[in-house]
Amino acid sequence: MMIDKAKKTSGGDTACYILELQKISKSFGLVQANKNIDLQIEAGTIHGIIGENGAGKSTLMNILYGLHRADSGEMLIDGTKAKIKSSADALSLGIGMVHQHFMLINRFSVLENVMLGSEGGSLLSSGKIATVNKLKELGQTFDMEVDPNALVSDLNVGMRQRVEILKALKGGAKILILDEPTGVLTPQEATQLFDILDKLRANGVTVLLITHKLAEIMAITDNVSIMRGGEMVGHRKTSNTDPQELAELMVGRKVLLNVEKPKAKPKEIALNVNSLGCFSSRGHKILDDLTFHVKAGEILGIAGVSGNGQTPLMEILSGMRKPDEGYFEILGKKIDRDTKVSPFTMRENSIGHIPEDRHKHGLILGFEAYENMVLGFHNTEMTGGKKLLDKNHMLMHAAERMDEYDIRPRNPKLLASSFSGGNQQKIVVARELYKNPKLLIVGEPTRGVDVGAIEFIHKQLIELRDQGCAIILVSVELDEILGLSDRILVMNKGQEVSTVNGDDANPKDLGLMMAGISQGASN
Amino acid sequence: MSVIKPLPRWADLILLPFINLCTAFFVCGIVVYIIGENPWDALMVMLKGAFIYPGSLGYTLYYTTNFIFTGLAVATAFHAKLFNIGGEGQAYVGSLGILLATALFAPFLPALFVVLLCIICSALIGAAWAFIPGYLQAKRGSHVVITTIMFNFLASSLMVYLLAGPLIQLGQQSPQSDLIPESAQLASFETFFSLFGIDITSSPLNLSFLLALFALFVFWVLIWKTRLGYEIRAVGKNQDAANYAGINVPKIIIITMTISGAFAGLLAVNEVMGVQHRAILNFTAGYGFTGIAVALMGRNHPVGIFFASLLFGALFQGGAELDFEFQSITRDMVLLIQGMIILFSGALAYMFNPALSKIFNKVTKNGANDD
Repeated sequence: MMIDKAKKTSGGDTACYILELQKISKSFGLVQANKNIDLQIEAGTIHGIIGENGAGKSTLMNILYGLHRADSGEMLIDGTKAKIKSSADALSLGIGMVHQHFMLINRFSVLENVMLGSEGGSLLSSGKIATVNKLKELGQTFDMEVDPNALVSDLNVGMRQRVEILKALKGGAKILILDEPTGVLTPQEATQLFDILDKLRANGVTVLLITHKLAEIMAITDNVSIMRGGEMVGHRKTSNTDPQELAELMVGRKVLLNVEKPKAKPKEIALNVNSLGCFSSRGHKILDDLTFHVKAGEILGIAGVSGNGQTPLMEILSGMRKPDEGYFEILGKKIDRDTKVSPFTMRENSIGHIPEDRHKHGLILGFEAYENMVLGFHNTEMTGGKKLLDKNHMLMHAAERMDEYDIRPRNPKLLASSFSGGNQQKIVVARELYKNPKLLIVGEPTRGVDVGAIEFIHKQLIELRDQGCAIILVSVELDEILGLSDRILVMNKGQEVSTVNGDDANPKDLGLMMAGISQGASN
Repeated sequence: MSVIKPLPRWADLILLPFINLCTAFFVCGIVVYIIGENPWDALMVMLKGAFIYPGSLGYTLYYTTNFIFTGLAVATAFHAKLFNIGGEGQAYVGSLGILLATALFAPFLPALFVVLLCIICSALIGAAWAFIPGYLQAKRGSHVVITTIMFNFLASSLMVYLLAGPLIQLGQQSPQSDLIPESAQLASFETFFSLFGIDITSSPLNLSFLLALFALFVFWVLIWKTRLGYEIRAVGKNQDAANYAGINVPKIIIITMTISGAFAGLLAVNEVMGVQHRAILNFTAGYGFTGIAVALMGRNHPVGIFFASLLFGALFQGGAELDFEFQSITRDMVLLIQGMIILFSGALAYMFNPALSKIFNKVTKNGANDD
C-alpha cells in the first residue's frame, strides 16, 4: 500500500521511506562501480541487497556509511537531504554498519570496544557505567546478552558479531547495514543472527542485508534489490519472488541452481591418508591424527568452519608443505616427512590443485592470461619450445582453453587482474583440469564467483568425477559441500569429527559437528 | 561495468615518459633562471655538448655503455622484486676478474681468447659478489638492500687495500694496478673504424659498447623467453603463487642476484679493458647507483634501459659541458636534473596519467561520434 502511494506521488511525498537514494554514481579511477543507483528503503523492514562479487554492493554501502563519497546523486534520510562525508556523519544520522571483517580490537574487552569513539569525559569511569547500563538494556530488548568484561579475543565469531551489532545500536543506529554477515558463521550461528535481526525489525530498526546468498534473502528479508555490474537491475518484494528469478536477475541470464548429479561409482582407492599431523610455525598442532581415504570416481567433501585445518591439509596433499606426522599414499606412492616433494613433482604424479585463494596462490595477477595458463606446468611441453618459451604456442594453448571454458573476455594477452572473479577462477580450473588429473584437490572453488560460473565449475567437477578422478572438495559453503559430495568429512580443530554419507547429510547436523558440539553417527 | 579506456600502449610507453621528462627539464629550467642564466641557452649547450661537438657523441655513448650494464643489473634483480643496490661494488670487484684472467692467460693465449676470458671472469667475480647477499636473502632472510650496501663498502675497502698494496704498479705513488697486456685491451671506436679507413674523433668509446648491446639482447631473451625468466618474474610478481607452482623460490632469488651481479661486473670491461687499461681507484664513479634510476626509467625493459642509459649518458656528458661554459653552473646541476628526472619519471610517473586518459577518451569519443 505504502509503496503504491509513493509511486503515484513519486518525487513529491517520500516521507514513508527511512532512506532513499537517488541516482548515486561513483567511479574509482577508470572503473565505474556504481551507476545511477536508485534505492528506497521502508522503515522497520529488512531489506536485502543481492548481487555478485563486484556488482557494486559494498561500494554503495560504503557511500551510505560515509567511507566513500558519491560522485553524484542524492541521499535522503526520513525525507530530508543528507550529506554524509564521514562515518561520524553516518552515525549521527543513525546509520550503523557491521563490516564483513570485524572492526574490533581483540585485546580490548567488550565494554572497551563498545565505548570506542564515545568514551564520555576525560575520565573513563562515568562513560563506563553508562555503557554497561546501555548494554544491559540493549541485551534485554534484543535478546543478545554479552559479558561486558570478556576479552574479544576469547569470544567466538558469532559473539564478536554481536558485539559489532551492539556497538552500532549503542551509537543510536536506526538503520543497520550488515555486509555479508554470515560468511564467517556456522549454520547455527547464522540462524541465531537471523533471530536477532527479527527482533531488531520488531523493535523498529531497519536492516540492510548485503549478501550473495539467495537462501538468506528468501529466509529473512521483506524486500530485495538486485545489483548487477554497478547498476540496480530490479526491486522485488521477497514474498513475490523466488531464488530462480533472483539468480537470473543477478547473472542476467538463466542459470541452474542445483547441478544434476548422477550416483557415484567409486573404484579403487586413489588417496590414503594415515594419521596425518602437522604443527604451525608457533608449534600449535593444526592437523591432528587425520585418517581417511578417497576413491577414484568420488567426491569427498571436507566441511568445517574456515581455519580448522583444511588449509594445511590441502597444502600437504599438494606438496606445498611437509607433514610432520603420519603419511599419505597417492596412487600408490607413499609420502611422509622424509619424502622429497614439491608441488611440481605432485603435478607430475597427476595431481591437480585448485587452491583456496586464487589471488594469493592460484594466479599471478600481474601475468597475462596465457602465462597463468602454464603456471606450474612451465617446465613441461605446455610452453612449446625445448629450451625457450614459445609464446605463440602458449597463446594458442590459452586461446583453446578459453574457448573450452568460455572465459571472457577471450583475450589471452589480458592481465589476469583484468578478469572478473568467475573468469579468473575458470582460468585456474582450466589449467588444473587440462592434464586430466587422477586426484584433484579443490579449495573453495566458487568463492567470490558469480552464479553463472558456479554452475559451470560444479558441472566440470561432476564430469571429472564421472571420468574416474578422485576429488577432495574443501569448502566453507555448506550448500556446495552438500550439493557435490558423495561423502562428507567434518573437521574441527584439525581433527576429524565424523564422516557421513552425502545423501544422508543435512545442514543442521553438519553445523553441530562443525562447531564440535556433536560427534554425529559415524559410518 | 562501464570502464574508461586506459591509455593506448604507445602513449603509455612513449608519450607519458616524454611529458615527464619535459616537466623535469622545465623545473630545472626554473632553477637555471633563478641562478641568472638563460635556461634555453643552457639546454642548447647541454644538447650540443652531448651530441654535436666533435667527440661528444663518443663520450655520451661511453657513459651509456656503463649505464646499460648497471641498469641491466638492477632490472634483472627487480624482475624478482629484489633491490640490488650493490652494482657499484659488484662492478668494482669485477675488475679483479680481468686482472686475474690477464695474469693467468695472457702469457700464452691469443688475444681473442684472452679478451673472452677476461669478460667471463669479470662477470663471474661480479656474480660472486652478488651471490653472497642473494644467498643470505634466500636462506637467512637478510634483506638484500642492507647486505648489498654493506658489500659496496667491503668492495671499496678491499680495492683500496689491493690497489694501494699487492696490486700497485711498481714505482708508482698513486693507487692503480699495472697496465693490462695489450692482448686484453679492447680497441676504441677510433682505432676500430680506422681499420676500415674511416676517421672519427677520439673518445673513450670502445668495443664494449657492442658487448652492452649484446647484453641487452641476452637480458631480453633471459627474462621473456626462458623458463628461468618465467620463474624469476613469477617470484617477483607473487612468491606465494610461485611456491604453489612448484618454483623453488630461494633458489630463484640466489640465481637472480648472481645474474644481476654478472651484468654489473661487466662494467669493468668498459672501464678497465676499454678505457683505463688498468684498474684505478673509484673507477665505478657512482654508475652503479645511477643504474637504479636507469632501470626505473627504462621500466626494466631492454629498449627502455637503452634509451634511459642514453639519456643519462647525455646528461653526464652535456652536464660537463654546462659546467665548462657557464660560470654560475657547476656539475651539481647534473645531479639536480638527474634528481628531477627520477622524481618525475619514477615517483610521480603516473601524475599525468588521469589527465592524459581523459584527453584520449574525449578524442576517441568524438571520433566515435563522427562515424
